[in-house]
Amino acid sequence: MTMTIHVDIVSAEKEIFSGLAEMVFAPAIMGEVGIAPHHTPLLTPLSPGEVRLKLPGGKEEAFYISGGMLEVQPHVVTILSDTAMRAEDLDEAAVLKAKEEADRQLHDRTADFEYAKVLAEQSELAAQLQSIQRLRKRAGRS
Amino acid sequence: MAIGKEIRSKIASVKNTQKITRAMEMVAASKMRKAQNRMTAARPYARKIRNVIAHLAHAHSEYTSPFMIARPDKKRIGMIIVSTDRGLCGGLNSNLFRELLRRISQWKKQSLELELCIIGSKAVSFFGRLGLNVVGQASRIGDTPGIETLIGTVKIMLEKYRDGEIDELYLASNEFVNSMTQKPAIEVLLPLQASDETELTHHWDYIYEPEAKAAIDQLLTRYIESLVYQGVMENIACEQSARMVAMKSASDNATTLIEELQLVYNKARQASITQELSEIVSGAAAV
Repeated sequence: MTMTIHVDIVSAEKEIFSGLAEMVFAPAIMGEVGIAPHHTPLLTPLSPGEVRLKLPGGKEEAFYISGGMLEVQPHVVTILSDTAMRAEDLDEAAVLKAKEEADRQLHDRTADFEYAKVLAEQSELAAQLQSIQRLRKRAGRS
Repeated sequence: MAIGKEIRSKIASVKNTQKITRAMEMVAASKMRKAQNRMTAARPYARKIRNVIAHLAHAHSEYTSPFMIARPDKKRIGMIIVSTDRGLCGGLNSNLFRELLRRISQWKKQSLELELCIIGSKAVSFFGRLGLNVVGQASRIGDTPGIETLIGTVKIMLEKYRDGEIDELYLASNEFVNSMTQKPAIEVLLPLQASDETELTHHWDYIYEPEAKAAIDQLLTRYIESLVYQGVMENIACEQSARMVAMKSASDNATTLIEELQLVYNKARQASITQELSEIVSGAAAV
């Protein structure tokens, strides 16, 4: 029997693969790596590309990943796949967006504040109206 | 029949409201199921990355990330707050905010400064009005946010931590206990909690490609992101189940209200009939 290694491929949104393989090929950031059972521990980022698994029985299976991390332990390989396209400048853009939103909110606060105030006044008026109606009903009944 | 008309229109309006709350209840129920599925689907990633981090803690790396070093004197605290985008979900948000305010006032007493990153528009308007220091936010994330919608807010906080602008990072969100119970939870994200089992079988370390710092930093960033993502998914499941429960009780209240009104209406109708009859009878008697 050939030696196998346990492989888990997961993304933040779902589990992609979990099972045994004879050999794993992954697009590490420094070039493609091939991992056989009893590989020495390895930790590396992955670049976008194809992860290929040689399954017991000679079949091959391939998954596309858009980057992530690869961890190798002697008996288990873990591939943490990213779901989104990641790059330093894209991440930077996301940061800017989040900051802008906060700024906009700060300047826009008057509008929001007014709205909340109106809402509070409205609920107070509604409560008053309700109690008036209740009083009227009681007066009508007696 | 002046009274009758008034009550009838009131009954009609309550019935209309009830239709809406019923519909919202059913929508929330189906969304809750999906949200729960997504929440469980996100678990394997979190579990795996936690395993890797645990391995990493055992490895004797020459590089220790600033994320793993606790700072003895903390002055500024960062916080990522997860809330819902929409209301009508019972006390879900207000419970979380109450818990947060209690925590914040404690920190204020210790004269710690606070910086917030906010996810979800309910917390945006609440904490914006309080005049706290909001450094980043993401709102209108929808029911199925991808991890890319959260990257910005998380990265702001991680950078601040790395630069020493904040000394601790917390995540505040609702914890999904079951579909009837949700519990506000405030957890420490940074510094990373060291795992308890520190016994070592042998001395080993990873091979890092291209180098330890880049690999470990990326791994830890992904880890924090996955924790925040998990928190957001859980919060969405909480939102839907809380809304379902709130709408169910609203529908039930509407039913009892309609019954009461119907009773009042029937009484009024009967009274007016009796009155008319007695008028006719007494009129006939008088003739």
